[in-house]
Amino acid sequence: MDRIVVVGGSLAGVNAAEALREHGFNGELTLVSAEESLPYDRPPLSKQMLLEDMAPEKLLLKPTDWYEQNGVTVALANPARRLDSATQRVVLADDSELEYDGLVLATGSSVRELSVAHGDPRLHVLHSMEDAVRLRAEFAPGKHLVLVGGGFIGLEVAAAARAQGLDVTVIARGPAPLSRVFVGDVGQWYQGLHERNGVDVRCGSALEAIEWGVDGAVVTLKNGNVIKADIVVAGVGSTPAVEWLANSGIELSNGVACTPDLKTSLPNVVAAGDIVNWRNPIFGEQMRVEHWTNAVDQGRHAASTLLGNRDPFASVPYFWTDQFDTKMRFVGRTTGADQTNIETMTDDKLVATFGRDGVLIGAVCIGSPRQLAKYKVAIQNRTPWDEAVEASLTAAR
Amino acid sequence: MAFKVTVDLDLCQGYANCLIEAPALFDIDDDTNKAIILGGDEHDEALRNQADASVRGCPARAIVVEDL
Repeated sequence: MDRIVVVGGSLAGVNAAEALREHGFNGELTLVSAEESLPYDRPPLSKQMLLEDMAPEKLLLKPTDWYEQNGVTVALANPARRLDSATQRVVLADDSELEYDGLVLATGSSVRELSVAHGDPRLHVLHSMEDAVRLRAEFAPGKHLVLVGGGFIGLEVAAAARAQGLDVTVIARGPAPLSRVFVGDVGQWYQGLHERNGVDVRCGSALEAIEWGVDGAVVTLKNGNVIKADIVVAGVGSTPAVEWLANSGIELSNGVACTPDLKTSLPNVVAAGDIVNWRNPIFGEQMRVEHWTNAVDQGRHAASTLLGNRDPFASVPYFWTDQFDTKMRFVGRTTGADQTNIETMTDDKLVATFGRDGVLIGAVCIGSPRQLAKYKVAIQNRTPWDEAVEASLTAAR
Repeated sequence: MAFKVTVDLDLCQGYANCLIEAPALFDIDDDTNKAIILGGDEHDEALRNQADASVRGCPARAIVVEDL
C-alpha cells in the first residue's frame, strides 16, 4: 500500500493518520478537510469557547508543524465531492483527484436543519469553530436567548449563556430534556439543575414559527405561546455526513454500513467516527456513536484494519457533558434499557445504572468519576444486572 | 527505559478516562474530582502502553509522559 487518503479533517481522521504512521505506514498520506482551519477539537465549542472566550488556536488537535513532521499532506477548505471506487479515486471540490490504495472515511456529522427557520442566517447553530465565535459575539447580559432543542449541546449552550447573565429559555419537544437518550429521572434531574440556575425550561413544546424583525425574533409554539428573543439557537441534532458518497456504490444505512472491524462494502475502504454503523460485540447491537472517545478509538482501529489487522472494534461508548458546575460522565448504552437503578440522587450527585435483558449496559455518573471507571469495566465484562445492583447496595452499606 | 507521568491539574476536568485506560497509574481525588498519579515519579516500562493510551484518551490533553 503506497497511497492512503483520509477524508475528513476530524478527530477520527487525525487519529487515523497518526496511527497509520505509528504502525509503520511510510507511503504518501493525505488528509482532506472541508474546513478552513487545521483539525480542531469540538467539545469546547459549546463549553470553554462560550464561557471563557477561549482562543480558537487553542482548539487545534495537533500543532501546525505536526503535519509536516509526520509527512501528512493536508488539503483544507476542499471537501470531497465524489468517490470513484472502480478507479480508486476521490474527487475534491476544486475538481482535483486523489488516487488511493487505501481510504479512510471520517467525514463526521452535519448539523440538522430546523425546518421552520427556512435556512435563515440569523438562526444560530453550533457545529464549527466559526459558529462558536459568531454566537459568543452576540452574548451580552440581559439579552434573551431561546434555545430550540433539549439535547446535550442545547443544554450546554443554555448553561454557558445563563452563566454570563443572559435570560435563557429552552424549548424541548420531549417530556423532559435529554429524552432522546434518557427516560425519566436523568432528564428531570437536568431540568431541575437548569431551573435552579434560572433557565426557563419548556418541555413538550413544539415549534410553530420563527419570525425575525428589526429587534430580534418572535418564536411561536404550537400551543400558542409567543416568546420574544434576541438570539435564537437551534440544537436539534446531527446526521452522518455521507451525501457525497451517494453514487459511489458504497453500502449506506444510517451512515456507512461497516463490518465489525470497520471495513466498508468497498475494497480498501475503511471508516471511522460518527458515520460508522457497525455491530459492537460487547452489546451484540448495531450502533452509530457520535462521541469524542469513539472518534479517537475508531480512527486508530480503522487505520490498523487498513494495514491488515482483523480484530473487531469492541468498545464501551463514553460520553460527557459539563453544565453549570456539574460534570456528567456516561458509559455504555441506554437503548432498549428495561431496568434502571438510581444509586445516588442529590442536587450535586447522581449515579444511575441501566440494564437490558438481565445485563448491565450503561451508567450515568454526575460528581462520581470513580464510579464511572468501575462501571465501565463492569459493562465491558457483561456483568449480570442483579449482580451489579447487589454490588452497589453492598458498597452503600 | 523508565518514564515519568505528570498531570496538569488546571487542565484536568475529571473525565476519568485516565483511570479507565491506566488503572495502575491513576486515581481520582474524591474531594477535587481531579486525577492523582499513583506510584511515585518513576514508572516501569511495562506500564508504557497504558500511559500512552491515557495521553491519547484524555479529552483535556492534561497528561504528559516523559522518558527518564
